Amino acid sequence: MQKMNIKPVRFAVEVIILVVLFTVVQYLISTGLLNQYYQINLTSMCINIILAVSLNLINGFTGQLSLGHAGFMAVGAYVSAVLTMNAGMPFLVSCIAAALAAGVAGFLIGVPTLRLKGDYLAIATLGFGEIIRVVLQNIEYVGGPAGILGIPKLSTWPWLFGSVLLTVLVVVNLVNSSYGRAIVSVREDEIAAELMGINTTRYKVLAFSIGALFAGLAGALYAHFFYVIKPETFNFLKSFDILVMVVLGGLGSTTGAVIAAIFITVLTAVLQSFPAIRMILYALILIIVMIYRPQGLMGNKELGWKIFGRLWGEKHGPAEY
Amino acid sequence: MSLSLPFTKAHKEVAILIEFTQQLINGLSLGAIYALIALGYTMVYGIIMLINFAHGDIMMVGAYVGFFSISVLGNNIVVAMVFAMVTCAALGVVIEKIAYRPLRNSTRIAALITAIGVSLFLEYITIFLLGPNQRVYPAQAFTVTNYHIAGLSISNKDVFVIACAVVIMIILQYIIKRTKTGKAMRAVSLDKDAALLMGVSVDRTISITFAIGSSLAAAAGVMIGVYYNTVNPLMGIIPGLKAFVAAVLGGIGIIPGAMVGGLLMGILETMVSGYGSSLYRDAFAFGVLILILLIKPTGLFGKNTGEKV
Repeated sequence: MQKMNIKPVRFAVEVIILVVLFTVVQYLISTGLLNQYYQINLTSMCINIILAVSLNLINGFTGQLSLGHAGFMAVGAYVSAVLTMNAGMPFLVSCIAAALAAGVAGFLIGVPTLRLKGDYLAIATLGFGEIIRVVLQNIEYVGGPAGILGIPKLSTWPWLFGSVLLTVLVVVNLVNSSYGRAIVSVREDEIAAELMGINTTRYKVLAFSIGALFAGLAGALYAHFFYVIKPETFNFLKSFDILVMVVLGGLGSTTGAVIAAIFITVLTAVLQSFPAIRMILYALILIIVMIYRPQGLMGNKELGWKIFGRLWGEKHGPAEY
Repeated sequence: MSLSLPFTKAHKEVAILIEFTQQLINGLSLGAIYALIALGYTMVYGIIMLINFAHGDIMMVGAYVGFFSISVLGNNIVVAMVFAMVTCAALGVVIEKIAYRPLRNSTRIAALITAIGVSLFLEYITIFLLGPNQRVYPAQAFTVTNYHIAGLSISNKDVFVIACAVVIMIILQYIIKRTKTGKAMRAVSLDKDAALLMGVSVDRTISITFAIGSSLAAAAGVMIGVYYNTVNPLMGIIPGLKAFVAAVLGGIGIIPGAMVGGLLMGILETMVSGYGSSLYRDAFAFGVLILILLIKPTGLFGKNTGEKV
């Protein structure tokens, strides 16, 4: 009986932790204790978490190496910026439209490319990401290479917090559903999955589109915080940035992606005046992690009640889900 | 009026033909450079099934070695090229030993991510050491003269690039087809385990492949330096990706395929920027890649092989 009661308790504790986190940060911002510098990094952190968690769905759980995530982010950023500035839409509408547009772009790109395997897919997605960027550079309506300036600053802490929460909840619940098991089976052995009657292309496209959708959301948040968006911001180095977070955190670990995104954001902030050193460190992270711990720091483990339970000496705790 | 009309029409046709031939020549020398880089991609892929993402950056290092060899050591262009080739061969072997060898039995995704890491490392260590600015290739490296033949303008740059590429490709063909090392390379790419059982040193053969591939990239790097007149630490990315597309176009892992693919890419690219929009030049290469991957992923020269369980 005791085991049955433990689940709602944990849920309540989780909710309390989140509410406290939200309120504390909101309080710090409203009283001005968290100055502009920290707010910028906090925003980057939230955007990076969304990007890493969504890319992890594609790269980690589905096992399809995508290098075009920045392209979807660009789609979201541009769609939302145009909607709020030229069409006068409220932020919520432009966020949803941005996410949907990026999701549709992901679907359209995913359907043909996901037939490809492994490294071919990586290059094809890299190519599509670059094509999106070059096309944006050539559209005068969105400012060409100069991009869009003067986007209103609407990405506040509640928006950021809500978006991160939404992303994590959707990805975690998706992965733990029957869809998620199908997705992971594609990663583990595509041929075997196909033999078990799983429509592998369908699940790959599904994961890819959902990943792209949240990248679009991240793009919208980005556009509405940093005032200006340029096609150059969303080149493949940005995609590599996100890849570093996913690889470091662990391919197939959502909590790992969150932790790595936080870590990389802090690292970026610390090394702000040494961009070359930052990139050298990224490169070394990629190489060293792949050689010594190819599954990433967290592997496919999640940081959750199970691990804390073990720390507290609870031996046979119920499964987390 | 009635007389002059057919005359201008014929004149126009000749002008169009000359323009087209001019573009073709420009495309050929650019294509020769792409072909040299594509050869490295294809050789490495053929032997260890790895897209060596860092290949374009090895080319960049080659261009810089050539640059310093001319500007500091005062070598002429041919010596500079040989110097760059030797340096990059060593670099390629070291990269393979440190970064790729430990991953030989892991997943291809892991190897690809490592290759991306190596690529970033080469780019930013160069920025760190030499600064991010571009440098103008020393003028004494190459005195450009233009020959005007039948309305065409052919620079000795083009002649030099094409001639070098042809010589290097002939040497490469000789090494692969006629020497024992070449035989070992072909054997390893066909079946690594069987080659090992036949007494071929697989590690050594892979090292040699990297050495040869990287030296080809270095030669291409010096040529790009001469061709575009500048070098910068990120110069390897775009030509590297285009050469990769060329390798896929010809059928990755197939050596003649890389040569043909490289030339085709060069010609197509000059045609696109000559007749279409040069702004879309870089996107175009990726468009080609995606088209091939969707229509015939094995490339022009590739054969279909079934998937083994």
